[in-house]
Amino acid sequence: MDASASVETHHDPHAHIEHEHHELGFWRKYIFSTDHKVIGIQYGLCGMVFLFFGFCLMMLMRWQLAYPGQALPVIGKWLPYIFGPASMPDGKMTPDFYNSLGAMHGTIMIFAGVVPVAFAAFGNFVVPLQIGAPDMTFPKVNAASFWAFAVGGVIMLISFFVPGGAAKSGWTSYTPLAAFADTGPGINPFFNGQTLWLTGFVFLITSSLLGAINFITTIIQLRAKGLTWMRLPFFVWAQFVTAFLLLLAFPPLEAAIIMQWMDRVAHTSFFLPAGLVVNGTPVSISGGGSPLLWQHLFWFLGHPEVYVLILPAFGIVGEILANNSRKPLWGYKSLVFSVLVIGFLSFIVWAHHMWLTGMGSTVSAFFQTTTILISVPSVIILSAFFISLWGGSIRFTVPMLFTTAFLPMFGIGGLTGIPLAFNSADLYLHDTYYVIAHFHYIVAPGTIFGLFAGIYYWFPKATGRKMNDFWGKVHFWPTLICMNVIFLPMFLQGMAGMHRRWYDGGQGWNVANDHTIWGLTGFQWNHPISWAAWIMGLAQIPFIINFFWSIKHGEKVNDNPWEATTLEWTAPSPPPHGNFVHTPVAYRGPYEYSLPGRERDFTMQNEPVEPTERIHRKPPAELVPA
Amino acid sequence: MNNPPDISQDPKEYEEYAHGVQKHVRGYLMVGALLLTFTGITVALSYVDFGTRKANIGIAMLVATLKAGAVAAVFMHLAAEKRLIYRILIFTGFFVLGLFWLILLAWYDYPIFHR
Amino acid sequence: MEIPYTISTRPDTGLWNAKIGIWLFLASEVMLFGGLFSAYIFLRIDAAPGMWPHGLLNVPVGTMNTAILIMSSVTVVLAWASLKMRRYRAYWWYMLATISCGVIFLTVKLAYEWPQKFEHFGAYIKPEALGKYEKYLGNERRAEKGMEPRIEITGHLHSQNAKEYEVALDPVNADPNNPAMDRPRFFPLPVTDKIATIEKEDVERATMFLPTHSAYFASYFTITGLHGMHVLGGVLVFTYMWLPVSKRLYQRNPEHLANRVEVSGLFWHFVDLIWIFVFPLFYLL
Repeated sequence: MDASASVETHHDPHAHIEHEHHELGFWRKYIFSTDHKVIGIQYGLCGMVFLFFGFCLMMLMRWQLAYPGQALPVIGKWLPYIFGPASMPDGKMTPDFYNSLGAMHGTIMIFAGVVPVAFAAFGNFVVPLQIGAPDMTFPKVNAASFWAFAVGGVIMLISFFVPGGAAKSGWTSYTPLAAFADTGPGINPFFNGQTLWLTGFVFLITSSLLGAINFITTIIQLRAKGLTWMRLPFFVWAQFVTAFLLLLAFPPLEAAIIMQWMDRVAHTSFFLPAGLVVNGTPVSISGGGSPLLWQHLFWFLGHPEVYVLILPAFGIVGEILANNSRKPLWGYKSLVFSVLVIGFLSFIVWAHHMWLTGMGSTVSAFFQTTTILISVPSVIILSAFFISLWGGSIRFTVPMLFTTAFLPMFGIGGLTGIPLAFNSADLYLHDTYYVIAHFHYIVAPGTIFGLFAGIYYWFPKATGRKMNDFWGKVHFWPTLICMNVIFLPMFLQGMAGMHRRWYDGGQGWNVANDHTIWGLTGFQWNHPISWAAWIMGLAQIPFIINFFWSIKHGEKVNDNPWEATTLEWTAPSPPPHGNFVHTPVAYRGPYEYSLPGRERDFTMQNEPVEPTERIHRKPPAELVPA
Repeated sequence: MNNPPDISQDPKEYEEYAHGVQKHVRGYLMVGALLLTFTGITVALSYVDFGTRKANIGIAMLVATLKAGAVAAVFMHLAAEKRLIYRILIFTGFFVLGLFWLILLAWYDYPIFHR
Repeated sequence: MEIPYTISTRPDTGLWNAKIGIWLFLASEVMLFGGLFSAYIFLRIDAAPGMWPHGLLNVPVGTMNTAILIMSSVTVVLAWASLKMRRYRAYWWYMLATISCGVIFLTVKLAYEWPQKFEHFGAYIKPEALGKYEKYLGNERRAEKGMEPRIEITGHLHSQNAKEYEVALDPVNADPNNPAMDRPRFFPLPVTDKIATIEKEDVERATMFLPTHSAYFASYFTITGLHGMHVLGGVLVFTYMWLPVSKRLYQRNPEHLANRVEVSGLFWHFVDLIWIFVFPLFYLL
């Protein structure tokens, strides 16, 4: 297969052949597989289940926000049987349950939904194929990382069903609240929502760390011959930087989680100052700790985390843009440079999540500067994407619909972050619905649209069949419209002063009721937003049906239905164990669409360079045809 | 030394290579002895009064850094490692120092904490 | 299907896969312990005067444990060198030595050091009652000399009832004005048999030396606990590489085993490295 195989020493020749013909049983082939494609699909399916679950949590919350204190019709009666009598007695949501829904919606969507799908699922499936590798460098570690994720996710789910309910101190789990929530009589010291949240999180972090190690090593070591760094598809660069963010940013949070766990279970005071009084009684702790320390360690991860959420989507969008405009991505070098700068800067901007903690002007100025700086490469990337469309022969396939929608949606999300970068403006906007709208625009019609695009795009590679185009469009248009009906008014609600995490949706607060914005009060806007959310839920049904139905009954297609240039499309669909019949060699860059003088409007990366072709750079000497 | 060519196929060449490894063994033993000695020095110095407590901490950390450096350079072969590993570690070092320094900066810049 | 560069090196990087993998993992571990050390730093900086203790840990035992870990680092690299020189017997003995050192380290910590702490008692005296216990604290003299006040009385808890604690005092509280008690001593002195009676109403907070006792013990137990878990992990991996199954891998492909030992050895050296910092920060400073 490659030169290194011959260097294996003292290799029992019979053992080698045995390995080739070794038939794996059901469990080793489908459940505990070490094949990156199977693991990628496992991550994808598991992650999508969690995305759906997190979405359902949100739909429940939206009832309370639109109709606070009212019984949820039809399903409200039997929710207490699932979530316990303290959750929704008579179908009416309690404040604690609302807080649990909020905290778990955030946690599950980010860590059990988007990261596993965007980074792990797409990365695992696509990256080895795109770099011409037979698998990841550490297949067993890969399997371990999936199972760590599955265990962590399950622990998060279980936390709903223990006495006291799931964690309810926000996805940010700020102390002292998070240290004292879910404690007291009747609550188990280990198996309560908040402690289980911490425990599950450790598994999720372990999964990401193992995955990150695998990705980085694979991309460095297993690139095919001729595939130099600057010939890598942009998706691979994005995943490479994302892996570094996960590798270096998660551990301080893991340290903090261990310490918060100790605070809860061993009654330490890492994050608890002296003199605390809970429910009227002074707490018996040593004190001497600091809630600020938790915030610093949390946001040290928290900020790179948001780039973990967006970079894979940038990568997917880049691939699909080039493919569906039939021209190379504009500014490849700038894109690579920008993604590296984003990765680096993302480690030194975190305190912009902490403007209201009363920090001094020096450190505040530092973080405001770095935060504004990091917007520059993001704008470069988005601009390069827009410019890539110019002069292209655009085909609006379903992936391309989601991809082109991503651009303005991410634009809105990104631009609305600018006011939040300034501590002065953030004094007002912090913890309002403006912030919710800002980050949801980036993740929901941003990243998730990128994920949908990627699913429709790579589905044929994984299954050999296409998803149905008509139902793809039926999925797309209502989703796009609903996303905007949900999140656009939230900017207005936020600017009017409506807070996050208000259990009554603002019903009892003046700012939400005493004036109208575009005809409705802040509280009244909750109605159209909630209805749009529920309709958007319905709009996902065609997608779910389309996805599963097309696995067996979708239109059969050849190995390269999109006529794309990158290496994964040279493999069979679906690729066999080992991926490539002939190990690919890369002779050219990743986006050689519409090359002048060629008969097809695309040239794949593994097509040798003709002596008559004019190319910008000399190929590596080893690849020039003799 | 760290990434030798896989010459274990040829016994004669390997003989020479193995001899090369042998030379490094003495280095390992010497560094081991050095580490034990410096451990004793760390303990002894901690009982010497250097004025402020901060000075004692500084000196102890200096000695610890020297010891850590010896472990990293010799035992972990870092002294002769490849560029890629250095790059990974330099970024890591930068970020962990950034973690300490920026939190410290933030800590002391809070107007309500006057020291 | 073979994964390339598992044993041989890729020409442009000069590295084999697991070498990169382990260094990436160690980078993440640097950040993990970095997070814990930053907690230590800020808890210590913010400690009120007298709240951060000194001299509570057994220095000779800690020094011995440090020496054991250093020796195990030497033996593991010699084990690797033996494998590279294709001397399996030597490898086997060095690996056994490494594992033994790791086990001794853990045993000393878990069977001696930690239980010793759990059996020790400390009572923080309320600020307004400090004068009453001056004979155990010696704060007048300390204030004259510009030293931090003593606010805790420690020792062995003899008995307690609803109103008071009976404590067999540590030497520092039995003879607080003795200049020899100003700085911690290398050889710890045993608990004296001088008994003190402390009224519970004068006590801010009193517990055994558990994580909950103080920010100091919280960080001590958490950091050494996590470090200990890493030592245990290393011991388990080394044991696997020492058992007969490793001999089979050695016979099939000795370089593969050598690489695995090198990678685990790197992890072990890192664990030693962390201890090199933990030891002075908690035991000596």
